[in-house]
Amino acid sequence: MLRNDTKTGPAGDLTSPAGTGTSKDVRKRGPRTRRTRPQPLRSRLKRDWQLLLMAFPAVGLLIVFHYVPLLGNVIAFQDYSPYVGVAESPWVGFTNFQWLMFDDSFWDATLNTLAITTFQLIFYFPVPIMLAVLLDSVVRPRLRLFIQGIVYMPHFFSWVLVVTLFQQMFGGAGLLSQTLRDNGYDGVDLMTNPDTFIALVTAETIWKDAGWGTIIFLAALAAINQNLYEAAAVDGASRWRRLWHITLPGLRPVIVLLLILRLGEALNVGFEQFFLQRDAVGRDAAEVLDTFVYWRTLLTGEWSYGAAAGLVKGLVGLILILVANKVAHRFGEQGIYKRS
Amino acid sequence: MTTLPPWAERPSRVGGLLKGLLLTIIVASVLFPIYMVVLTSLSTQEAVTASGGLVIKPSGLSLAAYRELFAGGVVTRSVGVSLGVTLVGTAISLSVTVLAAYGLSRPGSLLHRPLLFLVLLTFLFGPGLIPNYLLVSSLGLIDTYWSLILPGAVTAFNLVVMRAFFMNIPEEVSDSARIDGASEFAILRKIVLPMSKGVTAVIGLFYAVGYWNSFFNAVLYLNDNAKWPLQVVLRQYVLQGQALIVGQSGVGTVPGQSLPPSLAIQMAIVVVALLPILFVYPFVQRHLTKGVIIGAIKG
Repeated sequence: MLRNDTKTGPAGDLTSPAGTGTSKDVRKRGPRTRRTRPQPLRSRLKRDWQLLLMAFPAVGLLIVFHYVPLLGNVIAFQDYSPYVGVAESPWVGFTNFQWLMFDDSFWDATLNTLAITTFQLIFYFPVPIMLAVLLDSVVRPRLRLFIQGIVYMPHFFSWVLVVTLFQQMFGGAGLLSQTLRDNGYDGVDLMTNPDTFIALVTAETIWKDAGWGTIIFLAALAAINQNLYEAAAVDGASRWRRLWHITLPGLRPVIVLLLILRLGEALNVGFEQFFLQRDAVGRDAAEVLDTFVYWRTLLTGEWSYGAAAGLVKGLVGLILILVANKVAHRFGEQGIYKRS
Repeated sequence: MTTLPPWAERPSRVGGLLKGLLLTIIVASVLFPIYMVVLTSLSTQEAVTASGGLVIKPSGLSLAAYRELFAGGVVTRSVGVSLGVTLVGTAISLSVTVLAAYGLSRPGSLLHRPLLFLVLLTFLFGPGLIPNYLLVSSLGLIDTYWSLILPGAVTAFNLVVMRAFFMNIPEEVSDSARIDGASEFAILRKIVLPMSKGVTAVIGLFYAVGYWNSFFNAVLYLNDNAKWPLQVVLRQYVLQGQALIVGQSGVGTVPGQSLPPSLAIQMAIVVVALLPILFVYPFVQRHLTKGVIIGAIKG
């Protein structure tokens, strides 16, 4: 598709953009001409006022709690003090951002975030795919529903609960240490070990969300034409060859889409999970961008500095999402609205 | 009974065994920790001491931990707070979301496109921690339960899922009622909602779980620890009770609590946090896949 577009480009350049442009203009102007406008508006209002009224509370809440706070980012350009307020705090231009660029702890947090994203991309991302293929191969429907019900469940547990459960299993006084000690070995405390932290958080994420993540892949698996499998089997393709040549190509669009969207979210590794474990493990391994912003602002009182860090993270994140979405569209996928 | 298609070869014995083993391990990895936590919370002090940690084999059972928890005090109060916030929050979120999902379900209606765009745009960026805090504090919501409810009251994803479902309902169904002069509110209440019980249950579950699990908003906005919801208490007494997390994050210590609670009591707190989810989940599970898939595909 892409190839075709670029190939026909030179010829189409002269005619089609102009052509589509004008046809769009004509269509746009149709109902919006000045003379006809007031009449439809009034009748549309009369027809639709109830719908507008219904949409109002939710839209209002979104405006107040999603759009209005954006204005608060101005304090990134100030030396803000809560006692003085936004209006009275002095303006300092880009000073906070300049400091940020030379702040080692900011870059450490960025590196940690990217390392965790990369690690999870390798060790978490494939898990739901494999799990979905495994679940899909369970032929008895009731057994399958039962297993699905079990593996979806941890998605609904809070992070406090998940971290607590992991602590009970792998902490210094947890089940693993206890078993080791009973058998004459030393106990281990995986909950406070900075070296294994990245594997720990990935294991937690797998336990909590891998099951839930299978849903979209199971839907894609169900959409694969079953006749393909039959035809391949009749032609003598083994189980593994069918997996490789039919199942994986069938999942490819979803995999590509989710991969791209995950890359767009590269700076978001989840906040509560790290907030809860940062102190036990130490800043060096567990400080990510979100926790950096939190600690620098609300605990040390450097409001403007934290806001600047948050703003940088938000803007880079926005750019990443937009780029990722562009790439998704290139692959002929729907893009951003497809997020769960 | 199996529904293996006729062309598929029978699985080899080793393969089938391996698959069964793998699935058992996966299921057990979810259920086993929960089993141990529940059992420990129900065990006597002697049984916990004898096992040296979590109890795996039931020996002495007792409800002492729960009796102590619900004798009043921090945990009892926090369960009340969490239940209240969950009930009120879910009621608000669900009604607001249902209304807006219906209100935005008819393409071509007045302001349909800009309003929908405004909703969808929130997928692209979060408001950010600091600006959010500044807003909540300037609205005077610090140390009120509204700070746990209002900032996240509407989730664009839930709204879009619901709207997609409403749009799938054939127009003719509501048209006849409209000709008879029914108001949009009446159509929503008497025709559309009864046809959408499943998706409403799922979205309700999403919201309720969100409120029940709400943790960080409470840490951020509630300085008064008498108002703490259960998740914060869970962290304080179970995670921090074992000195896993030594630092503190703006939350003070609780007066009247001198000793770290016993393991049985800690696990009882975990069970209390877990129970509502385990309880509601089976009722909603069968609608779950459907709701999410519709959202993923149609959104």
